[in-house]
Amino acid sequence: MDLRITHLYPDLMSIYGDRGNVRTLERRAAWRDIAVEVRSCTVGQTLEPDWADLYFFGGGQDQGQDLVGQDLAGANGGALRLAITGGAAVLAVCGGYQLLGHHYVPGTGPAIPGLGVLDVTTRVEKERFVGNLLAERDGETLVGFENHSGLTYLGASAAPLARVTRGRGNNGKDRTEGAVQGAVIGTYCHGSVLPKNPWLADLLLAWALARRHGAVELTRLDDREESAAHDAAIRAARSRR
Amino acid sequence: MTRLLLVMTRRGATALPGLVALTLEPRLLGTLASGLDHGVACVTGTNGKTTTTRMLAEAAREAGWSPVHNRAGSNLERGIVASLLAATSWGGLVRGDSGLFEVDEASLPRVLAEVSPRVVVVTNLFRDQLDRYHEVDALARRLRAAIASLPPSTILVLNADDPLVTFLADGHPGTVAFFGIDDPTIGGPERQAISDADRCPRCRATLSYRRVVLAHEGDWSCGACGFTRPPRDVAALRVALAADSITLTIAGIAEPLQVPLAGTYNAHNALAALAAARALGIPQAAALRALAAIRPAFGRQESLEVLGRRIRLLLVKNPAGFDAVVSALLATGRRLRLLAALSDRAADGRDVSWIWDCDVERLAAVTEHAVVTGMRGEDLALRFKYAGLARERVTSVAGWRDATRAAIAATPVGGELVILATYTAMQAIRAELARTGHAGQFWED
Ligand SMILES: [Zn+2]
Repeated sequence: MDLRITHLYPDLMSIYGDRGNVRTLERRAAWRDIAVEVRSCTVGQTLEPDWADLYFFGGGQDQGQDLVGQDLAGANGGALRLAITGGAAVLAVCGGYQLLGHHYVPGTGPAIPGLGVLDVTTRVEKERFVGNLLAERDGETLVGFENHSGLTYLGASAAPLARVTRGRGNNGKDRTEGAVQGAVIGTYCHGSVLPKNPWLADLLLAWALARRHGAVELTRLDDREESAAHDAAIRAARSRR
Repeated sequence: MTRLLLVMTRRGATALPGLVALTLEPRLLGTLASGLDHGVACVTGTNGKTTTTRMLAEAAREAGWSPVHNRAGSNLERGIVASLLAATSWGGLVRGDSGLFEVDEASLPRVLAEVSPRVVVVTNLFRDQLDRYHEVDALARRLRAAIASLPPSTILVLNADDPLVTFLADGHPGTVAFFGIDDPTIGGPERQAISDADRCPRCRATLSYRRVVLAHEGDWSCGACGFTRPPRDVAALRVALAADSITLTIAGIAEPLQVPLAGTYNAHNALAALAAARALGIPQAAALRALAAIRPAFGRQESLEVLGRRIRLLLVKNPAGFDAVVSALLATGRRLRLLAALSDRAADGRDVSWIWDCDVERLAAVTEHAVVTGMRGEDLALRFKYAGLARERVTSVAGWRDATRAAIAATPVGGELVILATYTAMQAIRAELARTGHAGQFWED
């Protein structure tokens, strides 16, 4: 069995330890004897919509976000939309999450149109949310660290990824964190999110493998270090905000 | 007013009296600094501030000057004021002839608004603790605005190998002195994964590199707008790396300079200090003598003996600093025994995600054994797992005392233990080492 991952805009959109997410997907597949190939695609390159099973899209700085927004408005945006329709899974963190929504409205300047594959809209407001975050999903705890001034609001077609119990999440008001629509996941958790949330990593792997290999039963891994870091993050969030 | 302030605040160079004094007289920094005959130099940048400032202060002392300088960890405006107050007599005179200050990058604009330094040094700009500094692009923009308001009499000392730092020279009407490493054997052709300046800071096109030294430092140029690495005023033609020192062959200086600190990053620090000394008018011979005799600052390659083991302390704060330290460790060719400590207090950075941007893979490949600890030691153990370090080579130990003892016990007598730790973790481990049988004194700073 094999798995193909495309890391989107790694040069422009990877400031929050995002490499750890790709590393985690790679290792957790390799530990199960799944052959993994990772490619990157950035501005100036052509995205091949049929190739990848899984896309990772990280967070960026404002200027990077402008360039990526422009690129997604062109042929590469169309290719990514096609890939998602064809069943590819996506994990987008922070800036990447914002750019998959309908619009990103910065503090100054015009709104940047997003890809619109997540029914969400993001506005930059005065407050910046910085700190440890905890959220619940189907009995699993999502742990992470959020650092964003964009507030994201979900439309009817997007479901929240998890329900916030510590921290602010999408907008600090409705207790939602992240969004899920089909096999596309957006989240404000970095830290990195996947190493400390192996359940989420495995969910993405299962979705991605299903594209070319049908439903796959993933073997269980010995996650004692993952669990220890996950629990430490919970303690940090409870004691230190 | 000044006299009352002095009575109230002359209690040593900690930041609190500085804060009190600033509240009472906000322009105090400018007033105090104006009494320094040789003027002020400010050293800023993500990494290397403490070591470069220390080198510059030693050069000034070697030349017979009496510099006032601040200690690592008090590099905000109030810490600088406190260091000046501590050197101020009851009559209000500063006992010193020069001010050599490391300045936190985010504080530089406020400090420059108060003081017009003779020299401003910028060592490098890398991604740092994002919860404190936010994004490096935004920081670079603020620094540019602050530097653009300096008078032409200020000399800028900038790292030619860092495009973000070089870009700060645009808009400064005065002299700019560049330093850099010209040795073609230092650095490789590979783009490194952590880079904050893949794009030209002037036109946003992708930069090309003939040679990458660390992250985005190297021999760079922009094919689109012609922005390119500027000529170096202080250039290392050859950098020879050894386990405990570097030897620099510097253009225009006959004798090679041996600096008793390891790592390419200390070559950059030494070049920055030499260029700054020259800009301040410190005789070159004095600066070279000082560099040849430099002792490490807090956690920057301090070395000591504990229970028959050699212990080397290396502070790590951000991905570029971590990778620079790893490069220096790899250059020794040794298999490593580590005590690695990660904490998440404000001074460490509350967000520990930066460890995933560090090249732990290269470190794991030469690690014999690691004891892992700290408030977020579990995160570090997990990072080592994904970097490919076998489970039997990692021991997680909670508590500073137990972890320190376990790491010493895991190191054979006569062997070396390398301690990699974030700021508050390093403080805790140093205190533990002092208790566990290290008789000598740590450096006071
Ligand atoms: Zn350019």
